[in-house]
Amino acid sequence: MATVTTEAAGTPVTDVEHEQSFLRKYVFSTDHKVIGVQFLITSLLFLLFGGLLALLIRWQIAAPGEPIPLIGGLFPEAMAPSGIMLPEFYNSLVTMHGTFMVFFAIMPLLVGVFANFLIPLQIGARDMAFPRLNMASFWLAFAAGLIMLAGFLVEGGAAGAGWTSYAPLSANPEYTGVSLGQQLWCVSLVVLGLSSIAGSVNYITTVINNRAEGMTWFRLPLSVWSLFITAILALLALPILSGAVIMLLFDQTLGTQFFLQSGGGQPLLWQHLFWFFGHPEVYILILPAMGIASEVIANGSRKPIFGYKSMVFAMVAISFLGFIVWGHHMFQSGMNPTLGTSFMISTLVIAVPSAIKTFNWMGTMWRGNIQLRTSNLFGIGFVMLFVIGGLSGIYMASTPVDVYIHDTYYIVAHIHYVLFGGSLFAIFAGIYYWFPKMFGRMMSETVGKIHFALTFVFFNLAFLPMHEVGLGGMMRRIYDASNYQYLQDMQGLNEFISWSALGLFLVGLIFAGNFIYGMLWGEEAEANPWNANTLEWQTPSPAKHGNWVTLPTVYHGAYEYSHPEVSDKDWLAQNERPEVVTPYEGEPEGAGSTDVAPAGAG
Amino acid sequence: MARIDQRALKRVGLGGALLVVLALTLTGCGPEPQSAMLPASDFAQALQDLFSNIFWWAVGVFVVVEGALIYALVKFRDRPENEEAAQFHGHTLLEIAWTLAPALILVAIFIPTAQLIFQVDQPPENADEAVQVQVVGNQWWWRFNYPELGITTANEMHLPVDRQVELELTSNDVIHSYWVPRLGGKRDVFPGRNTYLWFTPDSTGTYVGACAEYCGTSHALMKTRVVVQDSADFQQWVERQKQPAEAPTDSLAQAGRDVFMRVCIACHTVEGTPAQSEIGPALTHVDSRQTIAAGILENTPENMARWLRNPQQVKPGNKMQIPQLSEDQIEALVAYMETLD
Repeated sequence: MATVTTEAAGTPVTDVEHEQSFLRKYVFSTDHKVIGVQFLITSLLFLLFGGLLALLIRWQIAAPGEPIPLIGGLFPEAMAPSGIMLPEFYNSLVTMHGTFMVFFAIMPLLVGVFANFLIPLQIGARDMAFPRLNMASFWLAFAAGLIMLAGFLVEGGAAGAGWTSYAPLSANPEYTGVSLGQQLWCVSLVVLGLSSIAGSVNYITTVINNRAEGMTWFRLPLSVWSLFITAILALLALPILSGAVIMLLFDQTLGTQFFLQSGGGQPLLWQHLFWFFGHPEVYILILPAMGIASEVIANGSRKPIFGYKSMVFAMVAISFLGFIVWGHHMFQSGMNPTLGTSFMISTLVIAVPSAIKTFNWMGTMWRGNIQLRTSNLFGIGFVMLFVIGGLSGIYMASTPVDVYIHDTYYIVAHIHYVLFGGSLFAIFAGIYYWFPKMFGRMMSETVGKIHFALTFVFFNLAFLPMHEVGLGGMMRRIYDASNYQYLQDMQGLNEFISWSALGLFLVGLIFAGNFIYGMLWGEEAEANPWNANTLEWQTPSPAKHGNWVTLPTVYHGAYEYSHPEVSDKDWLAQNERPEVVTPYEGEPEGAGSTDVAPAGAG
Repeated sequence: MARIDQRALKRVGLGGALLVVLALTLTGCGPEPQSAMLPASDFAQALQDLFSNIFWWAVGVFVVVEGALIYALVKFRDRPENEEAAQFHGHTLLEIAWTLAPALILVAIFIPTAQLIFQVDQPPENADEAVQVQVVGNQWWWRFNYPELGITTANEMHLPVDRQVELELTSNDVIHSYWVPRLGGKRDVFPGRNTYLWFTPDSTGTYVGACAEYCGTSHALMKTRVVVQDSADFQQWVERQKQPAEAPTDSLAQAGRDVFMRVCIACHTVEGTPAQSEIGPALTHVDSRQTIAAGILENTPENMARWLRNPQQVKPGNKMQIPQLSEDQIEALVAYMETLD
């Protein structure tokens, strides 16, 4: 093992290790790593909460009208008298499950955690460009989460118009019977929007301005690229949501009629605004996952990422196309067929860059030395399940087929293949991979592999049959399917799905145990336990405040694994001095060339 | 449960098992009588054909991609005797190839899809000869008007077989979505604008459907059905529906009518009487329907009494908030409803 070479040019640090009070260090910290961990822990708690909501939903589907076991007695009369769930409560559960998972679990897990933790470390910066704004971003997100949770405590219960909150159902409390809960939903998302905008501005500025010397755009790890592109998406898309939600709040409270037909408003306008945000949001939730998968798969295969530049351009293409496909959520709204065809074309076209990425991951694995550690297993699992989610998406893109599957469990299956099989698998990959750098300790690989295997099995057991339930004609969001004779044949399958969901939830507790044990008592981590090239591994684990003793200088791309000119090891740190390597002729284009002189960074 | 366990076993496995499930999915797997896999109109048949077309493309891609992934995973696993991994950064020709391949598959999917969009999403050539029905969604029931025939009914639509149908859909409150899987739809139903659905039922029978767009508390209880009849039966139904209600002769039913004219008149219509409100479903021929309460209860005297006793318990949150009726009043009202055939 060569020692890390960090004595390259860089400004010396004066304030790396100054004393900080507990409050400044762990609570109101401006250190990007602490903020990343704060996002990690709060988002994992919200993930757990969202999972509990899912179990309650699955209980009602498996055993409609029967008292909730074990905890049924804990619910107040307004939710579940004698443990039997009321339809209003079920509708709130469905709404809040979606809302928490999308906005308070998956999105902050991807962006809040990894953008904060990785960007400065991977580009060789000491911190974010605006550390205080960064702190504000976390606390705004935290406040938004609490406001959303408060919905369960107020009269009328939590919001019950679905996580998409279609107007006029959401705009007039008479239609749902939920008044204050619906308003809290709006307020919470406005606050979350502020958090996300503040975060995005910060990530974008940091990547543009704070890259280390020699860290050219095409030497950036794909994780940074994905987070950078995601931040641009979020900056453009979140204000649309905020604006729409404020209009909705005004309809609810001030008597405006933006979305209420009775006053000349237009219910369909909400759908346009929501999905104009909502589809880029889908890519906000998948691009960072793709970035993480690229890191763990290249590292786990000991090979350069295949087609680095095409990976970058594919992400750019996906994010651009992501803004012109929103109409495919509204194919059943009586859309003009010409417009429908346009949306269908843009939607189908997205499959091309997605396919390129999939093939490139495969190319990365090809002729590699694939190490089946937990992070890589989750990374490859991500690719496998993302393929299924992508293929099932083609059916929805095809407008006439969507006529049938729209608003059925087929859609529920699809979104879970993309958000759980896709995003969450990549999040697990990322946590297993960067855990040593975050906490300076290791998680158990054995327990991790058990976690992976069981998650993979239970995930498929829970969500694959949902495609069939959907094709059988079961609608989404119905609190009681038992009065539909034609759905009764699928009751057995629904019970099976519910058991599998319970299994999936319990497997999640294995992860929680591994996480907590690793954080407190895990084996101490080396600086670079995975023999990785990227900069974050070239500083001690955990990285100290300020990240570097001297700022690193970058000489190589992020993926110079198994470099033919390096004989003693199969990796080459990005900041390793070039005299270690004789630059060789015929370097293929793609991931960073081994320029002798560090190129300027922006 | 035996069936499920067997399925479970099949699924606990890798790619091969996944494929089995996809194959099950294709065949519609099991007796789901309302599945679009059993089309009963030109519309539903066209959707099914396109679905099958796309399905085989997806299976092909699934097998190739997942197969290659599993192959790579097995073949290139890190083993102690391995040399250092190969180092290459890309392959231009290969990358062009696998950009073009999905693009070509998408073109193959696009062409039949685009043709079908224009077929199902715009008026057919013989639209002016179609049976016209206006569909009005309400929380949580459906009103059907036949403007040419002067009929208004609720929750059960009757249609003649082998004739083009044009549904004009709108809503009184929130967004709903009209869906009868074997015949047509779904199509969203909006307040303040019209959407349309065209299809031609090709076999007689009763087809059930539902609201597919989440629309509030009792969204799950907003069913509907379509009775497709041969033209003679349909004509007979039309003639019957056009008649106003006959005055009840039996004294219990007369007492029921008196209750109706005090309580129910505020929301319901019975043609031939002063009751003309359109807030709730028209009841002129309520006894001729197979079900009540938007398809959730069989139309029997017991169920009618159950509904009248506590409509909020049967369908939580619905607009029928009436003073508690006495058992005598309920008995009388049920008798009156039975005369409305």
